[in-house]
Amino acid sequence: MTDIGLGHYLTLGAVIFSIGIIGIFLNRKNIIVILMSIELILLAVNINLVSFSIYLDNLTGQVFTLFILTVAAAEAAIGLAIIVVYYRNSGTIRVEEIDKLKG
Amino acid sequence: MIAHTIFFYVFSIIAVISAIMVTVSKNTVHSVFFLILDFISISCLFIMIGAEFLGMIMLIVYVGAVAVLFLFVVMMLNVAQQKNQWFISKDNSKHIPVGLIISTIIFFELIIVIGGWKYKPDLFNAVGLNSSDEISNTHSLGQVLYTDYIHIFQISGMILLIAMIGAIVLTFRQREGVKKQSYVKQISRERSEGVELLEVPSNRGIKIDD
Repeated sequence: MTDIGLGHYLTLGAVIFSIGIIGIFLNRKNIIVILMSIELILLAVNINLVSFSIYLDNLTGQVFTLFILTVAAAEAAIGLAIIVVYYRNSGTIRVEEIDKLKG
Repeated sequence: MIAHTIFFYVFSIIAVISAIMVTVSKNTVHSVFFLILDFISISCLFIMIGAEFLGMIMLIVYVGAVAVLFLFVVMMLNVAQQKNQWFISKDNSKHIPVGLIISTIIFFELIIVIGGWKYKPDLFNAVGLNSSDEISNTHSLGQVLYTDYIHIFQISGMILLIAMIGAIVLTFRQREGVKKQSYVKQISRERSEGVELLEVPSNRGIKIDD
């Protein structure tokens, strides 16, 4: 228990991933919190990649973490722009009031 | 090694608690602040484990750009004070058990994967990537990033450019009734339409503001 290994980091990644899933499902407030939950999920993926990269002594995981960081930043920017446009058109971003697609 | 253990548990407990607070806090601004705390603690973990370049980049990109962008949008859209209703209203309560069941299933699947995966035998005693002191993490990352992964690197630059253009195009709008400067109109003005020469009679002057 006192020796921190790869399993500890993977467990931390699993916990944060599951919290992100819970955040997507339970959120009844607004879409911004759903985007933040997606950021949490990407963070958990990054934890997994970095810990594998360190413990397997291979740099590929860290390189791909950089690319995931890039994609996460682009996704946040586009998602927030879409949210701003939607709020400007319909006046709300509450989750239960967004039903234009009849999903 | 005991310091590693202590710091791992401190940072991971902070990260998990702040991740929970991101999803359940009533105020969206507080959610963004807890997201920032989460990123900071995870980047501390990265720096501690030996990936110091990624830790610093996460601080810059996530805390400096993404979280500030979230905060900006939350402030701009005036949604900070909306009540979180997922445990109050009756018609939404059916989402809660579904979400809890699915996320616990995913969590235990991940734990099974972690536990069932046979580590490489030398993995238990792996000392990490930076056992050689003469070359730093940033140095080694740069050596592979600009040689082996140069195409993916440039494609990610293209992704960022397209994201920037897309965000600008999505949020750009032209308002009615706003006076704007037209450079073409300004430059293409002739002298004849701007200046008029008048004969001024002496001792009487002339009125020009009719």
